[in-house]
Amino acid sequence: MITHPFTYQTPATIDEAVQALGRSREAKVIAGGHSLLPLMKLGLAQPETLIDLRRIAALRDIRREPDGTISIGALATHRAIADDPAVRAGLAALAEAAAAVGDPQVRTRGTIGGSLAHADPAADEPAPTLAFDATIRAVGPKGRRDIPAPEFSKGTFETALGPGEILAEIRFPAQPARTGSAYVKFPHPASRFAVVGVAAVVTAKPDGTIERAAIGVAGAAAKPQRATEAEKAITGTKGDAKAVVAAAAKAANGMTTLADLVASSEYRAHLVTVYARRALERAIERARA
Amino acid sequence: MTTATTPTYIGARVARKEDPRLITGDGTFTDDVTLPGMVYVSLVRSPHAHANIRRIDTAAAKKEPGVVAVLTGKDLEATGMLPVFITVPNMSGSKHMPIAADKARYAGDAVAAVVAETRDAAKRAADAITVDYEPLPVVVDATAALEPGAPIIHEELKSNLVFTYPVKGGDIEKAFKDAEVKTSLRIVNQRLIPNAMEPRAVAARFEAGELTLWSTTQIPHFVQLIASLNLGLSQNKVRVIAPEVGGGFGSKLQVYAEELLVGYLAKTLGRPVKWTEERREGYLATIHGRDHVSDLELAAKRDGTLLGLRVRTVANVGAYLQAFAPGIPTILHMFVVPGPYRLPAYDYEMRGAYTNTTPVDAYRGAGRPEAAYLIERAMDRLADEIGMDPAELRRKNFIPKDAFPFNTISGISYDSGDYAPALDRALAMADYKGFEKRRAEAKARGNYRGIGISSYIEICGLAPSKANAALGVGWGGYESARIRVHPTGAVQVFTGTSPHGQGHETSWAQIAADALGVTPNDIEVRHGDTFESPGMGVGTFGSRSLAVGGIAVHKAAEKVREKVVQIGAHLLEASPADVVVEGGKVFVKGVPEKAKNFGDISMAAYLANNLPEGMEPGLEATVYYDPPNFTFPFGTHIAEVEIDGETGAVRIVRYSACDDCGRQINPMIVEGQLHGGIAQGIGQALYETAVYDENGQLLSGSMMEYHVPTAEDIPAFQLDHTVTLSPSNPLGVKGIGEAGTIGSTPAVANAVIDALSPLGIRHLDMPLTSEKIWKAMKAAGEGRR
Repeated sequence: MITHPFTYQTPATIDEAVQALGRSREAKVIAGGHSLLPLMKLGLAQPETLIDLRRIAALRDIRREPDGTISIGALATHRAIADDPAVRAGLAALAEAAAAVGDPQVRTRGTIGGSLAHADPAADEPAPTLAFDATIRAVGPKGRRDIPAPEFSKGTFETALGPGEILAEIRFPAQPARTGSAYVKFPHPASRFAVVGVAAVVTAKPDGTIERAAIGVAGAAAKPQRATEAEKAITGTKGDAKAVVAAAAKAANGMTTLADLVASSEYRAHLVTVYARRALERAIERARA
Repeated sequence: MTTATTPTYIGARVARKEDPRLITGDGTFTDDVTLPGMVYVSLVRSPHAHANIRRIDTAAAKKEPGVVAVLTGKDLEATGMLPVFITVPNMSGSKHMPIAADKARYAGDAVAAVVAETRDAAKRAADAITVDYEPLPVVVDATAALEPGAPIIHEELKSNLVFTYPVKGGDIEKAFKDAEVKTSLRIVNQRLIPNAMEPRAVAARFEAGELTLWSTTQIPHFVQLIASLNLGLSQNKVRVIAPEVGGGFGSKLQVYAEELLVGYLAKTLGRPVKWTEERREGYLATIHGRDHVSDLELAAKRDGTLLGLRVRTVANVGAYLQAFAPGIPTILHMFVVPGPYRLPAYDYEMRGAYTNTTPVDAYRGAGRPEAAYLIERAMDRLADEIGMDPAELRRKNFIPKDAFPFNTISGISYDSGDYAPALDRALAMADYKGFEKRRAEAKARGNYRGIGISSYIEICGLAPSKANAALGVGWGGYESARIRVHPTGAVQVFTGTSPHGQGHETSWAQIAADALGVTPNDIEVRHGDTFESPGMGVGTFGSRSLAVGGIAVHKAAEKVREKVVQIGAHLLEASPADVVVEGGKVFVKGVPEKAKNFGDISMAAYLANNLPEGMEPGLEATVYYDPPNFTFPFGTHIAEVEIDGETGAVRIVRYSACDDCGRQINPMIVEGQLHGGIAQGIGQALYETAVYDENGQLLSGSMMEYHVPTAEDIPAFQLDHTVTLSPSNPLGVKGIGEAGTIGSTPAVANAVIDALSPLGIRHLDMPLTSEKIWKAMKAAGEGRR
């Protein structure tokens, strides 16, 4: 469990970090280190340079902007997100996903930016990031750009980030009134990653009709994705038990579900439907509250 | 013999003396041993489960910076073979060298060693070694390994059969002829990975003709003995130290390749050497546990009376026979399968098989969890078939309390037991009577609730040396203790046991304190160093330490006490019969104001100018205690589970256990042993399994795949106990180290099957994972939604 040798830099600003990244060959950006360091210890990642973002205090911020956008800095830890009052009030599914990551040690060190950039398909936070229509703000040599969540994930351990780009923040747009959300998870018994994790975000009309529904699914497939057929099926209904069951039954449609020692492809698909129902039930209840 | 009338510390919840240094990081573990000029070993391990080694190219590795030596199996013949301490009849033993020279027999078999100035350099150089392997056909499954045409692991043995071991009693043919009910079941006791918190490590220094070897071992004296014999050093020139050891569970009950290798390298290179296992490496190269496949048939009357049990099992021993491997599936398993029940006829045949997998040996419980699981699943099956309450079936067949000592059908003698009260108290704690209501409430939630009982016995107190000899165990089963009282009254206890989490420093101090009339804080317990031990220590395993090593301490303390009384009587001019030793004082009964301090007595023993006529100076005693019989702890565990009707996920909602380990020295340590043991047993029932693919690759190769239960998975435990003293030793103690692991696994498995029984599900193999249960529910037409 010894890493290959590397040099280590701690830039003070994001611009310095981008410059450092541009200068170094085989460089990796490190935040909490809870994904990258294990890979380095196993010899699966062998960066020559580590660019540690820890001195860039601004990247830790979780702030609510005037238009209601909640901006979460890449260095915000899972624990900080799970405990943040604005997140808990406005983005319950994200707070629940952050609280469901790993164990207390991982949540205290690990960051949302690190999790998204690492792009483990079984990570929790990508599910609410998708369901809330968040955008990922990246900063690179050509300045900053905003990447819509569905375009960010390209596959297992692959993202839309360019080689010189650093993930700076994740921006969650203001949610309309009568919106409720929830994240529920079937954890891998050993690793506690999501075998299946489902985030549901539901907006109801005053009469209770479901106006909009978004369902983000983590763990089930090679990358996090939306359960679009289930979303369509629940939209326009009253969100009653029968409608929820019917919609959730379609949650795995079109997904190529993964198989491993813990869950076969068939079982994963089944878990997607069960957890989609549970997430929808809770989100609808909250939208009506 | 004089004995303290009222035990003061035996039975008290004394806080563990070893904990302050352990929880503040002050303990010294083997990997903490770093010496000037130390070099580090990294091993090259075969990626193939079975392959001839054609050629090993070490040229590139030798050129790597910092490399001191690169060695292959051919260079290391002088380390000698790894030992096997048990020989069962007609055993086909394997040649087992620390570094394989001709072929690799499992993925993880070491084929070369690199020594370098740093750990990093050693590892890098190991990566630079290229081995030309000729892959061979692989066999992973033990039953398949015994079929004609299977790949042969050790060619010279001509077959993979290690042994065939029968245990028989009564008339089995008649039992099955008379049977009104027969139940049969295939039982798989899956392979487990021990996962001690501290990985293995070995450090060694050779100086002035003397080898000092630090090792993560449960048996330092055996390591000393074998290192001395194999490395050609006089035994007095080999000092083995087991410093702090972070758990073992049997996985450190070995003389391992790395111990001989590191000792050999220190001796030949003349520099201190260290090897530290990586966790992933340990998954491959440290022994595994269990791995039995059994077919059983139980014959009974319709009223539940047991008539006979027939079992055929194949045990997977892995690629090589390890130190105690021949005894685990045989001696520690087959004799206790009948459990707490009267069984008139018994016919068990065990076959051991070599396969291309990591060697299998003792893992917490070691043969006894396999036994309890076998009989307790069979009891539930029988209860189900005859429509009898599982608790009543057990009670009906219990050996009655007036039948002890009880000669079992398997040919051993249970020392003492009173099984019904433990069952009754567990049933009461579990609110067994109210269970059906809870089952109905769960059903209304769409879930399945079940309750499972396990009544177990285990064999501990290993072992009477004559019994060892009769069973093929190549060493005595005694334990040693020395108590030294210094002139000032400071007391040291040296024990031959080698604790690695069990708290002997506290329990042994409690035992000695009561005999010497001082407090546990006045007593220092030292262990694990063969140069300051009482002599030969057998070590810590098989829940033997208290019932053998603790008794040795007790007897040594009684000897010292006797001398204290004699000296006290002399100084106080009283009769020894009137002398009281308590509270750090020695006085004549009824005259405490004229007391001598304990230290006055010890000082007198060393001044030696005013001792009773003919008394030797000094205040010290050494005892080797050989137990007259084994001990047989017992108890009943009851688990209640709720299964998610949609996903099959199991949650343990209630856990009740009533255990009887005889007299308890420290109830807090007893409870700690039970907590850890039950958690480990739950791990086997629900989560843990070592999975190999058909090529012999370990798929569950890290903690990311192999689930050791965490606090999140474990319920709060309701614990109770009864006390049935063992007549085998003066303290009446039995042992508790493995009881939790033995009792819990069948209780949890039975609870899960009970929960699923309304669906017509009668058996599932462990681990009872969510998907396995979901598939069974689905096949039963109940996997809803």
